Amino acid sequence: MLDTLMLSRLQFAANISFHILFPMITIALAWVLLFFKLRFNATGDPKWMNAYRLWVKVFALSFAMGVVSGITMSFQFGTNWPGFMNTVGNIAGPLLAYEVLTAFFLEATFLGIMLFGFNRVSNRMHTIATVLVAVGTSLSAFWILALISWMHTPAGFEMRDGVAHVTSWLEVIFNPSFPYRLAHTMVASFLTASFLVAGLSAYRWLRNDRTPAVAAAMRVGIVMAAVLTPLQIVVGDLHGLNTLEHQPAKVAAMEGLWETRKGAPLVLFAVPDADTRSNRFAVEVPKLASLILTHDPNGEVKGIDEFADAHPPVAAVFWAFRIMVGIGVLMLAVSWFAAWKQLRKRPMPTWFTRVLALMTFSGWAGVLSGWYTTEIGRQPYLVQGVMRTAEAVTTLPAGNVGLTLALYLVLYAVLIAAYISVVFYLARQAGKAETKSSAPTALGPAVLPRSQMEPGHA
Amino acid sequence: MLEQLPDLATPAGWLPLAFMAVMGLAILAYVILDGFDLGVGLLLEAGDSGEKDTMIASIGPFWDANETWLVLGIGILLVAFPAAHGIVLGELYLPVAAMLIGLSLRGVAFDFRVKAAAKYKSLWDHAFFGGSLLASLAQGYMLGRYVTGFADNGWSYAFAALIGLCLASGYMLLGSTWLIIKTEGRLQRRAIDWARRSVYLLAIGIAAVSLATPLVSTRIFDKWFGLENLIVLWPIPAITAAMFVIAWRSLARLPLRLDEDNHYGESVPFMSTVAIFLLAFHGLAYSLFPYVVIDRLTIWEAAAAPESLMVIFVGAVIVLPVVIGYSIYAYRIFRGKATELTYY
Repeated sequence: MLDTLMLSRLQFAANISFHILFPMITIALAWVLLFFKLRFNATGDPKWMNAYRLWVKVFALSFAMGVVSGITMSFQFGTNWPGFMNTVGNIAGPLLAYEVLTAFFLEATFLGIMLFGFNRVSNRMHTIATVLVAVGTSLSAFWILALISWMHTPAGFEMRDGVAHVTSWLEVIFNPSFPYRLAHTMVASFLTASFLVAGLSAYRWLRNDRTPAVAAAMRVGIVMAAVLTPLQIVVGDLHGLNTLEHQPAKVAAMEGLWETRKGAPLVLFAVPDADTRSNRFAVEVPKLASLILTHDPNGEVKGIDEFADAHPPVAAVFWAFRIMVGIGVLMLAVSWFAAWKQLRKRPMPTWFTRVLALMTFSGWAGVLSGWYTTEIGRQPYLVQGVMRTAEAVTTLPAGNVGLTLALYLVLYAVLIAAYISVVFYLARQAGKAETKSSAPTALGPAVLPRSQMEPGHA
Repeated sequence: MLEQLPDLATPAGWLPLAFMAVMGLAILAYVILDGFDLGVGLLLEAGDSGEKDTMIASIGPFWDANETWLVLGIGILLVAFPAAHGIVLGELYLPVAAMLIGLSLRGVAFDFRVKAAAKYKSLWDHAFFGGSLLASLAQGYMLGRYVTGFADNGWSYAFAALIGLCLASGYMLLGSTWLIIKTEGRLQRRAIDWARRSVYLLAIGIAAVSLATPLVSTRIFDKWFGLENLIVLWPIPAITAAMFVIAWRSLARLPLRLDEDNHYGESVPFMSTVAIFLLAFHGLAYSLFPYVVIDRLTIWEAAAAPESLMVIFVGAVIVLPVVIGYSIYAYRIFRGKATELTYY
């Protein structure tokens, strides 16, 4: 039976899953846009401005989606989780306040100038506005990840009368998991954007829309992905070791280890069964989990049995983790193959361009599965070791929460469908617009001179 | 006025007061700034296709930053008055959800209407109007519930519904008077018409809240109708009434001046409407003080720990003036009549 707690958790999960998709695009895409603009400023090559023109539209749309779902997030704390602020408000409050004050206003105000001010301010001021929007989005990630990390590895506080009070702000902000989570999330954002840029460019390429702007954007996306995917694997590994130190129950669930043992195997595939507390159909590599986690084939790894009832649901974390890793491996293979073709200046085979186009939104799948791994992995705690999720929930009747959950789900389903279809529509339109402006003779002089098409390579 | 006013020399005494002021500023800024762009959304369906584009262009560069004031306002309620935050948002659970769905639809429709295929444009225009309407009605309804102390009877709900309509009308007045400043020609004339029709319900709404709050709370009644207070406070309703007269006369004279191509006084209706909102807000704030949940929870009872408030206060003192500074800069860049929105 779905009670207020479960419905509130589903509602928060639905809301934050929907929300995070868009900041993950805009945080990195803001810097990519800045790069396009700086290249145009430096070279005067119109292909950079053409690339900017398409991607600034995608950015504006993604930003709006992020803003409206973010506003909804900020209300959910109070409507569904009043216990959260009552207990840890002294920590969460200032972090959220600094996010609004230093980041939200900055990005929202200068976004207007960045989007619509091109003809009203100097090119230099427009570049500054673009920089400030990029700084604002990244700063917002800094503050919110400080809070999220603190919920996983709380530090710098003491409990007095059941309420958390800060003893050191430096320890609160730079809590043990923060540097790893910040790095892992920022790289994830750049990977999401790089596959979006490369994938949508591949989509245009397949439609025989092969202007220099398409080739340039695809190259930027592929190079970013090829450099960042291996980096992300290293950062993710470090983040995992940090989790082992501070949240061993989460790692036990990720690895599907029910019992503490020396020489623990790496479970490649299994169906974890919570009733029998064991894995069915397990495919294992002996001793490998111990080797990876403790750097010793006979090292001891804690299993679920160490944590009584204070452990997350194993199957959900186990599977989310495997999906994330699978997407990472796929990203590595695709980006390196594409980069190799780029390096040798060879055209990509059509089947591969299709794969790249199919991976346009692969970053989203990676982000969500990674997000579920870490956030479900924190359960049953809301703040690890400090308060349980059930302690924070509202006393509202389940019917009210069920109603709003249903409404949000409908809204999000409609918006996500509209968003994806419009992104591809914008890509098709961009092709038409560029083709039009590249035929200057028939319709009089074009606005911008165009460089020669680069034959033969993407 | 309060029996045991806390020692205002200590941080635990003056910090909640300071945060109430900042929260008041944020909510006021939100109501006026997002008020005019919500109002334009409410009027959108009345414009023809070209007019719709101009109307959207008049708010395009601003709406996002305007909405951030709501996040700041709710953020301060959340971080500075955590105890009140749970009560208020718990009581207003469903209208808050309605408002959020409305704001979501409106915020994204703004982008979708020009980015999706042309055949969907009118669909997104409807979403923009519907979202603005839902958000405005919900906000007014919440105000109505809030000032009656969330009383659980039929009259209170009916009152809240009335305030919903009145606030929506107030936003329409803000929106149409904003359009008078930002547009020209036929659309400007129509905006004057729309403004004249929106005045009544706003006046009724302000009167209704002014009468209801003293009836709900004897404490508020005594505050306003004690003899010495009556003398000190009469300017608030008097100036409000004067502002209505100024707005009304200006709306009546503007068309005549515009006929002679004289643009003098185009901003008077908007400015006087802003003044009306300012005064109504201050009257309400005076009534409520020092309670953050009417007659239930004072700002001191609801406040977070002084150490945490101090951390935010220092940040707010440094950052808010900068925020206000660059917000004014952004409005200056886009001053004058609205022009077509282009990205480059």
